[in-house]
Amino acid sequence: MFILLLNLFTSFFKIGLFTIGGGYAMIPLMQTEFIAVNHWLTSQEFIDIIAIAEMTPGPVAINSATYIGYNLAGVMGSLAATLGVIAPSLILILLIARVFKRFSSSVTVKRIISGIRPAVIGLILTAVVVLGQSVLVEFRAVVISLAAFLLLMGGRVHPIGVIAVSACLGVLMY
Amino acid sequence: MKQPSLYKIFFTFLKIGAFTFGGGYAMLPIIREAVVTKEHWVTDDGFIDMIGITQSVPGALAVNSAIFLGYQIAGVPGALIATLGAVLPSFLIILAIATFFTEFAGHPMVIKAFNGIRPAVVALILYAVLKLGKKAIKDRFGLVVTGLALLLNIFMKINPVLLLCSAAIAGLLYGKLSTHANACACARVHAHTQESASSIEEQDKQS
Repeated sequence: MFILLLNLFTSFFKIGLFTIGGGYAMIPLMQTEFIAVNHWLTSQEFIDIIAIAEMTPGPVAINSATYIGYNLAGVMGSLAATLGVIAPSLILILLIARVFKRFSSSVTVKRIISGIRPAVIGLILTAVVVLGQSVLVEFRAVVISLAAFLLLMGGRVHPIGVIAVSACLGVLMY
Repeated sequence: MKQPSLYKIFFTFLKIGAFTFGGGYAMLPIIREAVVTKEHWVTDDGFIDMIGITQSVPGALAVNSAIFLGYQIAGVPGALIATLGAVLPSFLIILAIATFFTEFAGHPMVIKAFNGIRPAVVALILYAVLKLGKKAIKDRFGLVVTGLALLLNIFMKINPVLLLCSAAIAGLLYGKLSTHANACACARVHAHTQESASSIEEQDKQS
């Protein structure tokens, strides 16, 4: 059990360390780590977790960690995962907090970020493709996905509303 | 500024953590309202600095803001207590949902609902990344990096971490090269204008 907790902590530490550019950057990293490499989750389970993480308050990233940790090793697992994902940020920010002004205006940092940010976009897109391939396997799913996308494009519906609508559609169509 | 008590910091960030849904930039106005407008713990300038730093370090925006602001307000204890407050509500709620969800997961209605939710989540992530992309990809270099990351990850299954490190190096090199190129161009223009200036002087002298 302890080994599992340690694994969870280190996995999420790694994920937290490379989640640059916002919470969604975690998705491709989690996907690689938990689906492709460790086979701890299926694509479907992963998406369900993201869905729940979206519906609850708090950042998607942290919520996903908490939930996955719980699924794999109960309450202790959720603690290990959540602490793991937060730890890199804690350490880094506390280390550089005093020199942050110099840090964030440093040309080197800006250049590094100018490379990382677009890469993150590309990686999240690959996650969309991989997840989409496993989810959008039939006509009904495609229809619901399109409907959701259009609702979001309209700009007037909150993501939670979109999820609620899609849940209703699911009940109706399946 | 009198340093607020740790309890106060904790509860302020607890409220922030409890009322932000979805994450990301959506949290910023709420954080600002609580920390800048209501409590005056941080100025707007400090707030903007925070946004800058949280963009440059790994981690979710919500957590990074709590850590950074907490530190500004009350040092390391402040950072820890603010983070605890921000994360606790969602942590507890997720645990609650997770425990109950295992009971309901087999219910036919739940299964059907999630059949609908899954494709919507895919759409949600796509929408979010397109919005992010507009801000993150500012030039052809960015576009190339995005495309390469996409292709290398999908087709050659190259590890994302490796791709991110390479992208960081690419950004460094590209930055250096383009600054160098700009410097050369500036130097040439400068030399050219000096030449024209001195030739005009000569013409003036002759006439």
